[in-house]
Amino acid sequence: MKDYAGVMVFAEQREGRIHPVTYELLGKGREIADKLGRPLSSVLLGDQLEAEARELVYHGADRVFWYDHPVLKDPDLVNYKHNIVRLVREVNPEIFLLGATRWGRSLGARIAAALGTGLTADCTGLEVDEDGSLIQIRPAFSGNVLAQIKTSTKPQMATVRYKVMSSLPRDTHRNGEIIRKQAELIPSPLTITGKERAAEADIAEAEVIVSGGAGLKRAGDFSLLAELAELLGGTVGSSRLPVDSGWIGREHQVGFSGHTVKPKVYIACGISGSPQHLAGMRESGCIIAINSDPSAPIFKIADYGIVGDLYEVVPKLIKNIKRLKRCNS
Amino acid sequence: MPELLKVSITEDINRRSGASLRIIVPMKQVPDMRQVKFDTEKGKVDRSSAAAEINPFDLHALETAVQLKEKLGAAVTAISMGPRRAEVALRDALARGADSAVLLEDSKFAGADTLATSYTLACAIRKLGGFDLIICGEKTVDGDTGQVGPELAEHLNIPHLAYVSKLVEAGEKLVAVCDMEGEAHIVEASLPVLLMVTKDINIPRLPTFRDKAMARKAEVTIWNAEELSSFADPSRFGIEGSPTRVRKVFLPSEEGRKGKIFRNTNEEAISDVAQAILDFLG
Repeated sequence: MKDYAGVMVFAEQREGRIHPVTYELLGKGREIADKLGRPLSSVLLGDQLEAEARELVYHGADRVFWYDHPVLKDPDLVNYKHNIVRLVREVNPEIFLLGATRWGRSLGARIAAALGTGLTADCTGLEVDEDGSLIQIRPAFSGNVLAQIKTSTKPQMATVRYKVMSSLPRDTHRNGEIIRKQAELIPSPLTITGKERAAEADIAEAEVIVSGGAGLKRAGDFSLLAELAELLGGTVGSSRLPVDSGWIGREHQVGFSGHTVKPKVYIACGISGSPQHLAGMRESGCIIAINSDPSAPIFKIADYGIVGDLYEVVPKLIKNIKRLKRCNS
Repeated sequence: MPELLKVSITEDINRRSGASLRIIVPMKQVPDMRQVKFDTEKGKVDRSSAAAEINPFDLHALETAVQLKEKLGAAVTAISMGPRRAEVALRDALARGADSAVLLEDSKFAGADTLATSYTLACAIRKLGGFDLIICGEKTVDGDTGQVGPELAEHLNIPHLAYVSKLVEAGEKLVAVCDMEGEAHIVEASLPVLLMVTKDINIPRLPTFRDKAMARKAEVTIWNAEELSSFADPSRFGIEGSPTRVRKVFLPSEEGRKGKIFRNTNEEAISDVAQAILDFLG
């Protein structure tokens, strides 16, 4: 029996800034490590990121394995994988976590295959059972069910969805060790020759989304929803039908074949709530449903529902929100 | 040639690989997730409720391969692991432009997670001989992990480019745009390489009636575990080679929801909801 050394978190950085999912993983990792009575470590690769290595300690890491080299400034797949695989073999963590970002998924799968271990994608929950194994919870079948997954090999690896776990408050009095590691560099067959800002998928980041569905009568009626969205500082979403009818662009589509969103407030107007739509918005903070059909499935997951015609309800809602805003100011 | 795919990989790559590019497209047969019904009691998808089709993401991979074939000359092989009925998906791939198709079918392959699936595909690809490019979709609609592509590349010891939304001009090397959430990386790679493409790379073509008719008569090669044995450790196939296990499946709890439903639209109801929205936004 090998001696396993706790939980290790991959510290994702972009342009030298730690991706916030890393702190969330450290928060969850701390909880698991304490339950197991084992240390929590983190691995950071980059160019001159000593201050960031300390941030990882402030957010819960007992030990930070820090690789410092100009080659590691960019996400160099080959060298990241090579050095992390070496470190995992040396340190033997029983659990290894990455953010389920595109970079985390891509890198994580390579590390898992190189180590011959299991990897669970896009987890939304992590627990430890009585014998100390990791229970990984992830949505399956387009988010309609949750699956509990266990891994029989070590390390038990998972990528974890962003904005699901909570990070610990930053505490500069937290003690931790920064261990400087020498990167072993190999010539990479891949070269990043340029970077561009890609178009923002703003619906994924919006705090308020007002969505329309089959209950809308014509394309122009999205303006009504846009008025409500604007009033709340949000944006307009759509179920599949209006998108397929060409009433609104595909970038607005919420659901299985569109975006998965998690705004603070989601207002579904004239959307019945097919499993495919619910898959894209069920994790929203507060769900408001407006639908004339009282048996619409959307009401089952709503915090507040109004059974009524959206053409009557939405203008009234706008009027009331304006009134309340005036009272508060 | 669609505007999106202005490839001028041209002679350099052709020379490297002999007569033409050898491209492999791994694919999966999945239920049509837009139609499929969920048995919420059992927490299972009712596969009989929807037709099976090629994983929609894989169609973009196949289209990328077929466009490269049209531009540069290539031999495109579609490969899938699954039950015998997945042959239908491979015939569809042949109708859409693949030149040959291989189905990996054996009860020993069943119950595979992404590690065992990618390992089995890697063994079959070794058996096929050399290749220049492997092109796969970004994920499957039923598994939704996006892991098989990078894991396959690792087993074959080749680099991969993830989330490729565009292939751009290249000289000696292949150059691709990788969409990494708010940032696009332009990456150069030498062959062989695995590309994991997104839906943005192209619009897959529909097969013509004639193509479909031809594909019905075409041959699909079927390999079982035994036929891969000289390239594989059979203990790494299927459920035996899968370290991850689904212990149970359950319904997401909506217990946290208030579930306050107003059955009429009077001023009071609307005012309550308006207040709740503003409270929630702080």
